[in-house]
Formats: sequence, structure tokens, C-alpha cells
Amino acid sequence: MPLFDLRDIHFAYPGRGEVLKGASLVLEDGERLAITGHNGAGKSTLLRIMVGLLRPDAGTVTAFGQERASEADFVPVRRSAGLVFQDPDDQLFCPTVAEDVAFGPLNLGQSRDEAMAQVDSVLTLLDLMYLRDRITHKLSGGEKRLVTLAAVLAMSPQVLLLDEPTNALDEENEARLVEILEGLPQAMVIVSHDPHFRSRLATRTLRMQDGVLSDPAPKCRHAGG
Amino acid sequence: MADVLARPVAARSRHGWLTRIDPRFRVVAAVAFAVVAVALSSITALVAAMALALALMGAARLPAGPTLKRMAAVDGFIILLVLMLPFTTPGVAAFSIGPLVASWAGIWTAVEIALTANAVILALMALVGTLEPVVMGHALHALRCPERLVQLLMFTIRYLSVLHDEYLRMRAAMRARGFRPATTRHTLRSYGYLVGMMLVRAIERSERILGAMKCRGFAGRFPMLETFRAGRADWIFAAGSALALLGLGGIGWVDAAL
Repeated sequence: MPLFDLRDIHFAYPGRGEVLKGASLVLEDGERLAITGHNGAGKSTLLRIMVGLLRPDAGTVTAFGQERASEADFVPVRRSAGLVFQDPDDQLFCPTVAEDVAFGPLNLGQSRDEAMAQVDSVLTLLDLMYLRDRITHKLSGGEKRLVTLAAVLAMSPQVLLLDEPTNALDEENEARLVEILEGLPQAMVIVSHDPHFRSRLATRTLRMQDGVLSDPAPKCRHAGG
Repeated sequence: MADVLARPVAARSRHGWLTRIDPRFRVVAAVAFAVVAVALSSITALVAAMALALALMGAARLPAGPTLKRMAAVDGFIILLVLMLPFTTPGVAAFSIGPLVASWAGIWTAVEIALTANAVILALMALVGTLEPVVMGHALHALRCPERLVQLLMFTIRYLSVLHDEYLRMRAAMRARGFRPATTRHTLRSYGYLVGMMLVRAIERSERILGAMKCRGFAGRFPMLETFRAGRADWIFAAGSALALLGLGGIGWVDAAL
């Protein structure tokens, strides 16, 4: 059973042309699927559709073995598929790092102590304990990115959906992110423009073009991966 | 472990003893002080209240110069009122400037208002102004303030700097293309665009934030992590504040009776 199975997804933002025109995607367990494509090709849109933040105009979303259509259907999907947003400032809305990382676990109904234990174990896993009591808006760009990853991992998802995770990261932080992601057991969908980042992580690559996903024809020998 | 969260960043030990008092007690004390100060109408009692506020400033180890300057900045709001009152209140004439006659009653009312306002502001700065904004949000939540208001405060704290940065980036981008403000239609229109764009971006951002919150299981309730524990020092502070406020009330009552 694939983790995600999206069939023939069509989507248009109000007042604009169709972004997705029949995109299909299957994600199997253990895969790290990279998605490339132009700006505005609909890559982020697709990730949002996967967790039900946007509803497709046509097509079906099957996640964890069940077809999902309503808001209620997607609530459990969001627990098992952690979306890491493109802009960390959208995601870190709690005042302190510990509170932000604890937000997910508390919403899942964990007690304070359980949530705090989860915060500590995730921050230790990512080597971020030194940020625990910092104020989120005073973090650097690289720190914010790693904390958003911690916040999503704290919910113990089965799948990670990463939207341009290397955006605004310097080489050092990017190397650290790659190292962390390589060590994680989760299946991933990674939207990224960065060919080297993709080649380090991806087990398979799809290209988003003209609203559909297809296997890319490598144009240069650095591409793909 | 949990009480590490209760005191986010604000190093409670760096300043005077007042900054080590439980934030909840300080918020309550500040409100109580304001209520008492506003209720007082005896000049003697108000001078005592001012002295108490100055003492609080000392206890919080606030630098006197800048703090008093900030307090004076607030006077800008009442300066007109204070200057007008002596001339508009009927009573025994004190002095006159040309055709304008100042009354004693008016002068005393003006002094009363000025003292009240300054004492309250100063006490507020010493008691609440020394709190990290986040801690104040937590304290208000612990004091059972309406959850929505606390959430609004927390979001404001969190996103003010993001919006400000966005504003600065847009301003820089305008300047980079040779924009210089002048009194022209072009300037006004450009500022209009700037403000409009800020609003649009803020709305879009708020939608993305809501999406991010839903992704992490948000269902309308905000789990807040805070544990304040009142110690002996806090209760002593509470008792001391209550006594001081009773004292102020007593002075006012005696003064009125005489």
C-alpha cells in the first residue's frame, strides 16, 4: 500500500488559470521523492493538496490507504504527514522554541510532561537543545529552518513534506540539514530547485511541467539523481 | 524542567529585587496601584503615591534618566489639558496673563491630574514594563484574561518584527529605485501602495500561518506552557503592596476629613 496516491489532480486558484492539470503521484514507504519545476509550476500547491489545506477541483487524494475528501478526512493525514513550510516565519508562531515544538504534541492530546519529554528528545536528536528556551523571532534563518523541522518531527510523522527546505540557507546549514534528513527514517517528498541537494537525498525525481508530473529527461549530467 | 519555560529569556536575577517577583503579582499590583491613584484626590496622598512609584523604579533598578524621560513623554498627551485647566476652572484668582485669569482650584486640579498620570505611568513601567512581553502574555493568561486577547497579544509580539522587517525591505526596495518622499501625488500614491501591500501580505501570511497550525493539529485552542510558582518573597511583596495602597488610601481619607 503506497503512503500517498494522488490521481489526476486538477487545481486552479480563483481568478487564475489552472496550475495543476492532471498531476499524479505515488509515494511508497522508504522513498525520498524529489519534485522539481519552474517557479509557480504548482509544486507547493501539490504539497498543500496532499495535506488538505487546498482541495483539488478534480482528481482523488488517497493517503495511508483511504481516500480523503473532507476536512475531517484530512485531520489524521496531517498528523502522519508533516509539512515543512517554505517560509519558517509562517510556521514558528509560538513565542518560544520549546512552546512551538510542543504545540503539535499538545494538540495530539499529550500531557504537558509527555509533550516536554518529546520536545527534549526531538531537540536532542537534531542537536538543538541550546535553542530550547530562545524566542522564535530572534533566531537566525538557519536556526528557524531547523526548528521548524523539529516542530514537525515532534509529531512523529510517517512522511515528511518539505517545501524548498534549503531556501535561504547557507552552505554550512544546508550541509547540516542534508545530514539530518539522511539520518531520518521517514519517507519524504522534497520540493527543491537545488540539484545538489536533490542528488544527495532523492531516491527518485519527478518534474512538474505544464501542470503534470513526469519523469525528467536529464538535460545535463548534473541534473536528476 | 517546566519552570525553565516559565521564565523565557528574561534573566530574572540581573536587575533589582522587584524583577524577581512573580509576574502575576506585578501585573495585579500595577492595576491596583492605578485604581487607587486614580481614586485619590488629595495632593498629599498623590505626592506619597508618586514617592512610592519612584521607590518602585529604584527597586526595579531602572535607570532614572531615561525612565523619567519616557514618563515625561507620556505627559505630551495631557499637557494641553494641564495648561488649560487653571484658566477654565472658576474659582479664586491666583494670577492672570492678559485677559486670562488662572484660578487656584484649576491649578490644584491640574497638579492632581499630572501627579496621578505620572505616578501610574512610572509604577507601570517599574512593575510591568520590565517584563519580557512574552512573559506578560503568560502572566495575563495565568490571571484568566480572555484567551482571545492573550492570543492576539502573543501573535502581535510574534509577528510585529516580521511585519516591520517586511516594511523595511519594501522601503529599501523603493529607495533602491530612487524614491524620495516629497509632497507630491506620486509620493502619496506610493505610500498608499506600500500600506496596501503590507495589508495584503499580512492577510496572506495569516492564511499561511493558519495552514501551518492546522498541519500541526490546531483545533481552536491554544495550549500554553507556563508555570508560575508564587514563593514567600512574592507573598511578602503582595502584602507590602496591599499595605502601601491602604496607606495611600488612609492619607487621602485623613486629608479629606481635615
